[in-house]
Amino acid sequence: MSRITRRAMVSGLAGAALLAKAGRAQAAARIVVIGGGYGGATCARALKRLGLDVTLVEPSATYVSCPFSNAVIAGLRGIEGQEFTYDALKREGVRIAPLSAVGVDGQARIATLSDGTKLSYDRLVMAPGIDLRFDALPGYDAEAASIMPHAWKAGSQTVLLRDQLRAMPDGGVFVMAAPANPYRCPPGPYERASLIAHYFKTEKPRSKIIILDAKDAFSKQRLFQAAWAQLYPGMIEWVPLSSGGKVTAVDPKAMTLTTDFQTFKASVANVIPPQRAGTIAQAAGVADRTGWCPINPSTFESTLVPNVHVIGDAAIMGAIPRSAFAANGQGKACASVIAGLLAHEDASAPRLINTCYSLVAPDYGISIAGVYRPGTPSFVEIEGSGGTSPLDAPAETRRTEAGYAEGWFRTITTDVFG
Amino acid sequence: MMALRRVGAASAALALAGALAGTPASAQALPQPGAESCGGCHSTHGGAGAPMPSLHGLKAADITAAMLDYRSDRRQPTIMNRIAKGFSEDEIKAISNWLERQP
Repeated sequence: MSRITRRAMVSGLAGAALLAKAGRAQAAARIVVIGGGYGGATCARALKRLGLDVTLVEPSATYVSCPFSNAVIAGLRGIEGQEFTYDALKREGVRIAPLSAVGVDGQARIATLSDGTKLSYDRLVMAPGIDLRFDALPGYDAEAASIMPHAWKAGSQTVLLRDQLRAMPDGGVFVMAAPANPYRCPPGPYERASLIAHYFKTEKPRSKIIILDAKDAFSKQRLFQAAWAQLYPGMIEWVPLSSGGKVTAVDPKAMTLTTDFQTFKASVANVIPPQRAGTIAQAAGVADRTGWCPINPSTFESTLVPNVHVIGDAAIMGAIPRSAFAANGQGKACASVIAGLLAHEDASAPRLINTCYSLVAPDYGISIAGVYRPGTPSFVEIEGSGGTSPLDAPAETRRTEAGYAEGWFRTITTDVFG
Repeated sequence: MMALRRVGAASAALALAGALAGTPASAQALPQPGAESCGGCHSTHGGAGAPMPSLHGLKAADITAAMLDYRSDRRQPTIMNRIAKGFSEDEIKAISNWLERQP
């Protein structure tokens, strides 16, 4: 304080007055956030902290985290550790509407909830996550998912897959169908296969894993494959698209997955189907023909419906992968953008980061990172930044990164829900 | 109301800092782009966060020095070198200043 001159003090107070004026204009503004996942819950909290009136539309009282759910499937942790409530958001003054949103009228700026309630908004944040497409793979519908779980939304599906693997006799075959891009959590299928391999190696060493893949390359591929050769030799077979890996039909009764060339019989099957933005995004008209939501990367505002911002897995973010870390950063950046728009300020262009850890074994972690700026039409990675863990790192580095993975989970869940 | 008052006080403090730096007050109140992503891994308000170091209470100059070392590979962390390379020196300084101001 001693270095602050009287003149600076006066201009500082003038600055504070200007901000208070902007704050009053903002105070009247109503923001509706649809979806209480990593993106939506983060954004709702950040908007509230900026002094805005925020309603979070989220039908579930408990959020079940997808990050670290692969460790639940492999029996390394309980599902309780994945569960978070909205109590902290409520304490900070975020209003929770415990219902689903069923429609958005972009002209009238009204969101309609499942009980008919209508919420007027000045700005709406759409963060509905993904929907699994039960119309994309012959034989795979919602009913089939009770026999061949997707476990790509955490909760009962996660527990079902874990229990099926527990019940499987040693010598069984676990078959996974991995989707083509884009989909939620690009390295997720391969982390899952890794941790299931760890479980098999420990408990059921004669068992096998087959990954039938609808693509020819995947995130952190060289790191995963090197680790598989080292930790689980001969246990994991990856069948890429070019070797006939794309699953074209499944039969839950027969427990078979069929490709163009072959039919695979599974003891336990995990079908991760194609995905699209959550249903409400389709109903609101913010999703395009791809099923995902195009946005202006400088503001996250939908290019299809004005005053609606789309963040997280539902949005088309260019080079940014669909991850919880990315959604968290987008939630905060989107809140800043909205506060700026309401104060009629040009907010600086967002700069986003992604950091994503995968566990190949409980003491073996690998990572990918990237830094992104708005480009045309969407986010581009900043040249020279980002990349994966080194291929030739010592075991100590893998142990350190496994510890960082768990630290990340604790920190981000505290940031969003704690 | 408690939360609102806290935000109000913080905003006034930021506005003051903005005025001192000669930049528009309300623009200063919003975080430097990219700064908020740090909180995805590092605690920025005290409390838990191990094994990643908490950034709460760190001096801007120390954060800047570490980031510039990561950026030029003078230090070999597991991941921060890959992230630091996505920012210019000026951006790193602005992010560090914002982090230092966090209550």
